[in-house]
Amino acid sequence: MTLTADVKTSDTQAPPLDDTDGLGAPALRPTRLTVGHVVLGAGFLLAAAIVSILVGPAGLPAGPVLVEVLSRLPLVHLHSGLSATGVVVVWQLRMPRMVLGGLVGAMLAIAGASYQGAFSNPLADPYLLGVASGAGLGATLVVVGAPVIGQIPSDLLPVAAFLGAVLAVAATFALGRSRASERSAASLLLAGVAVAAFFTAVQTFLLQRSSPGQLSTVYSWILGGLSTAGWSQVELVLPYVGTAMVVLLACRRLLDVMSVGDEEATSVGVRAERVRLVVIVAATLGTAAAVSVSGLIGFVGIIVPHTIRLLAGPSYRRILPLSVLFGAGFLILADLLARTVLSPAEIPLGVVTAFLGAPFFLVVLRQARRLG
Amino acid sequence: MLEIEATSVVLNGTTVLSGVSARVASGGWLGLVGPNGAGKSTLARAVAGLVSYEGRILIGGREQAASDWRNRARAVAYVPQRPVLPPSMNVTDYILLGRSAHHSYLGAETAKDRRVSAAVVDRLGLRTFCQRRLAELSGGEAQRVVLARALVQEAPVLVLDEPTTSLDLGHSQLVLELVDELRDEKGISVLCAIHDLTLAAQFAENLLVLCHGRAVASGTPADVLTEVNIRRFFGAEVEVLRSGSGLAVTPVRRRVPVLTAAVANLSPSDRHLNSI
Repeated sequence: MTLTADVKTSDTQAPPLDDTDGLGAPALRPTRLTVGHVVLGAGFLLAAAIVSILVGPAGLPAGPVLVEVLSRLPLVHLHSGLSATGVVVVWQLRMPRMVLGGLVGAMLAIAGASYQGAFSNPLADPYLLGVASGAGLGATLVVVGAPVIGQIPSDLLPVAAFLGAVLAVAATFALGRSRASERSAASLLLAGVAVAAFFTAVQTFLLQRSSPGQLSTVYSWILGGLSTAGWSQVELVLPYVGTAMVVLLACRRLLDVMSVGDEEATSVGVRAERVRLVVIVAATLGTAAAVSVSGLIGFVGIIVPHTIRLLAGPSYRRILPLSVLFGAGFLILADLLARTVLSPAEIPLGVVTAFLGAPFFLVVLRQARRLG
Repeated sequence: MLEIEATSVVLNGTTVLSGVSARVASGGWLGLVGPNGAGKSTLARAVAGLVSYEGRILIGGREQAASDWRNRARAVAYVPQRPVLPPSMNVTDYILLGRSAHHSYLGAETAKDRRVSAAVVDRLGLRTFCQRRLAELSGGEAQRVVLARALVQEAPVLVLDEPTTSLDLGHSQLVLELVDELRDEKGISVLCAIHDLTLAAQFAENLLVLCHGRAVASGTPADVLTEVNIRRFFGAEVEVLRSGSGLAVTPVRRRVPVLTAAVANLSPSDRHLNSI
């Protein structure tokens, strides 16, 4: 047992003795989201959004594009001088793609962060409980089944991916819960691994018997991308993603309580199992909606929350709101790279996030280990 | 006031607690003693509402099983044997978790929550630790912090499960003295499972001896902790020394071959443990 005589106090906090509750005794200062954090996150997101609107293969001049965007704000009367094509590029191509990228990135990041809290497991995210394999199987079924049932409208793919993801997590939950309740977090994760393996096996079997064309369709969907993004897809995911985010943000303090384990959380009046259920349902629905339009973009749910954890500490009161801002900004930037680096060809978005994310994450991990 | 009436607990088909009754007055201290596996922790957890039980557990006359989780957390504070301490959480945030049942479910702590917690922090001398991370605390400091989290629940019943397990003698004494002062000040009923019979005798007003899930003896420490009882229930050869400050239980080295004596004193159900 070490007696820590000269341990430095946590550097994210101000000294404890400088304010009072008006009663003479210095008040306690719990960790809260600070204005500085929010300004930083919002600034990052805004910068990412602006750059992504300005840059693209159409080569539109930056000034008029900015004026065009500002001209749509209420009470602003400006004329950008952009051609009709330019206006379409900004409003029908770049803008919906940026918004969709932001929504997907925010959703994946907050879902990952919430899962990590609900399972007290730094590697947890919705993919681990079967979202990825379920969505993959759903998409595969549509692509492979299309010639069999005749022509299938293209917007069936997101629906099938969504249903597959929800079904896989539901199966995980049903199987994981039937085991001893004491270890429900661990057994859920194990059930998730089993369900994912099963769904992936079915998917692999179907793909192995499919044509090369179908194989490449499924493959490019799995790698993720926003190249077909439009306002209709924003409308499709917004209700799910919006609701999921509101629910998860509301649970942020409860996730802090969950960090002392199910039993102690229960002893201070928080039903850990119920919180976990709510988080799983919200994060899964939101993530399923997001991947149904974007494909399986990996790693966002792991790297964004962990980077925030390193910068802002372990409290979910900070991690969840900041995950929304930084997750959105991160994916918007990743998509910018995906569509510009090899323009006019596109790099799959999942490749960009992993290519950038993996090395970055390793650096973060080394830092974290040094800080203990 | 805590009343335990004919309480039984069955875990995975095994009866681990069988018809135990006990009563702790407001400001009283009941020590739970007994050999390993006797059901001390199970009784502590049943009172805290963490395992389902048959029988009745009443706090201030209210049946615990009928309360919802938040009301239960306001009635019983629980200090587990091995608390989970998230390493990078700071002490202030950790202590404030204990107020969860007092403020709105999804909301943040109110000024009152922070005031109550600040008073407990000052009472336990934790002010200088407030911004430390839990990983930076020594064992004795951590135990005080966990106690603070339990005390901010402002519950009339405090359940401690082996609060001194990981502490040296001085820190054990310090923690138990703190609990003793607080129960006196605030009229808290203390239920404390504890291994160390000497400490149990010094701090508890009454002792309940559990053995194989049954209450086998109860009363004041002087009545309960006799050499005969300890040999019978713990399989231990001891000398009980009485002095002005209470009594001390001292192990006596056996002069017979050890295994024979130990096995003879253990019950049949414990014997398989020796072969592991």
